[in-house]
Amino acid sequence: MPPETSAADFESSERDPSGKTGARALSVSPEEPAVVVTGIVGRLGRRLARRLHRERRVIGIDRRSFDGRPKDIEHHQIDIRRKKTRDVFRSTPIGAVVHLGVMHDPRASASEHHTWNVAGFQKILEFVAQYEIPKLVLLSSSNVYGPRPDNPQFLTEDSPLLGGAAFSEIRDLVEIDMLAQSFFWKRPETETVILRPVHILGTVKNAPSNYLRLPIVPTLLGFDPMIQVIHEEDTVRAIELALRPGVRGIFNVAGPPPAPLSRIVRALGRPGLPIPHALAMTMLAPLWRLRVASFPAPELDHIRYVCMVDDHRARETLGYAPTKGLEETVRAVDDGRWT
Amino acid sequence: MAKGLVRMARGALRGVASALLGPELEERLMQVSRELAPDGVDPFGWDPDYARYVIAAATTMSRSYFRTIVSGIENLPTGRVLIVANHSGQIPLDGMIIAISVFLEANPPRVVRAMVEKWSQTLPFVSTFFAKCGQVVGVPENAIRLLRRGEPLLVFPEGTRGLAKTFAHRYELTDFGLGFMRLALETDTPILPLAVIGAEEQYISVANIRSIAKTLHIPSFPVIPQLFIPGGQLPLPIRYRLHFGEPLYFRGDPDDDDSVIEEKVWVVKATIQSMLNNGLKERKSLFF
Repeated sequence: MPPETSAADFESSERDPSGKTGARALSVSPEEPAVVVTGIVGRLGRRLARRLHRERRVIGIDRRSFDGRPKDIEHHQIDIRRKKTRDVFRSTPIGAVVHLGVMHDPRASASEHHTWNVAGFQKILEFVAQYEIPKLVLLSSSNVYGPRPDNPQFLTEDSPLLGGAAFSEIRDLVEIDMLAQSFFWKRPETETVILRPVHILGTVKNAPSNYLRLPIVPTLLGFDPMIQVIHEEDTVRAIELALRPGVRGIFNVAGPPPAPLSRIVRALGRPGLPIPHALAMTMLAPLWRLRVASFPAPELDHIRYVCMVDDHRARETLGYAPTKGLEETVRAVDDGRWT
Repeated sequence: MAKGLVRMARGALRGVASALLGPELEERLMQVSRELAPDGVDPFGWDPDYARYVIAAATTMSRSYFRTIVSGIENLPTGRVLIVANHSGQIPLDGMIIAISVFLEANPPRVVRAMVEKWSQTLPFVSTFFAKCGQVVGVPENAIRLLRRGEPLLVFPEGTRGLAKTFAHRYELTDFGLGFMRLALETDTPILPLAVIGAEEQYISVANIRSIAKTLHIPSFPVIPQLFIPGGQLPLPIRYRLHFGEPLYFRGDPDDDDSVIEEKVWVVKATIQSMLNNGLKERKSLFF
């Protein structure tokens, strides 16, 4: 169990080599340990960077270029597997690493996907250990548990990670999650935090948001599982909370109270289209191969079975509580479209 | 046009359900949903808008068809409780009658949870039906969570062995599983014994052919002659009698040896068997 921390710890024990408690300092000095954010150019990374850079020095690592980057954020457009990544860690004191750079692209080749995710994360772990970085935050996902007919209604952090059983694309993430877990035990000097949020909704381009952005939302006839969603802003807040000194461990992170899929589609205000499961399976496989559909067929399990988490540890230990209601969270998938 | 028709049909259905329920049951439903689902649905998927129809149908079935008599409902504790009953009748109508009786008779009304088979979750409509009526997947984590929330949980320790009983063995309890006792000890939950009289005669099964059941991968293959008579597909309209006993309290280590747990289970089994025997002695007629 991670130790209890309170807001007071955050105020008093900011890690700062110069000894001053500098959370309120407006000008960020270059000696202050920086937060490295991998995958900073993604929608979630940008949001996190915008939240963090006012208070802490932020360094981004991403192989994409960072358009519209705030001037005080240092960005390195490199592949984390390359040697140059080490220079980032070597050249400046680093207080924390937030790893968002996990690729979820079922279209990418399996070997590229795997080496990017696993080899890339292993590099990060190596640097964190070598340069004695006090904090590592991994954004995993509650998909690592996997939607299954025999799931308990609420999965706790010690439930087995069976997500890869039906859906091989998630195996990378399961492996990364497990690497982080073993790192947690091997290196007690580093506070390792693994966050497992439920389906993140918002401007992000992940599968659940893309699914809810479809003009007609297909569902499975006769299935209406309970679903948990979380607003991207709440996810960012959970990451911020995880960055506080003293916090370590694995945390499920959920948003507003769960609701049946039908209510989520209704809150969206778009028509749903129930399709028999057998038909959906046979249709989706060729559509996926022809690149018409953007979801591989095994992902249908997400709208068939429950995969919900118990987030009381995050609420008690992280001090996390969602700020967005269900309607607002669901409708956030349309934010920034056609505007 | 089609949408309008659907809306009209839905409105009419709701009207029928409300008429069947009457103002008293509407009030009970409201009371339960305020408690369980202030956000519209409870975390396990119980949905008052959907449950309304099921309650209307089950109430009609229980009151008009089986003419259920309930005794001892005042023994139901207000907090968490494991309701342990005999299981019988080839199809689990007894579960439905118990759940609806507790909803109709207990004060305040309560939603009884039962555990359903895992594979039922893979079936369309069935999975949705169970979830929206408040039934949960049969894994221990769910049982513990529900009891910690202070809810009543229905268990049939006989399982399908009880369900598949032949007519010759009616009202003879088969082997009890031990899981419910470990659950009760772990969560410090009282056990409420319940004798169900009537269900054991609703379908007259003369034999259970295990070899066929095994080949078909189903729990039992009963031979029920009445099914071949027109109208015999319906269960016989035997009067249901539910006798709730006094709550039993057990203490001990939930991880004890089977033999230790078995002794405690035996107490529950003996209690239910004697309640069944008494109930049968008092019964003057199958149908009245």
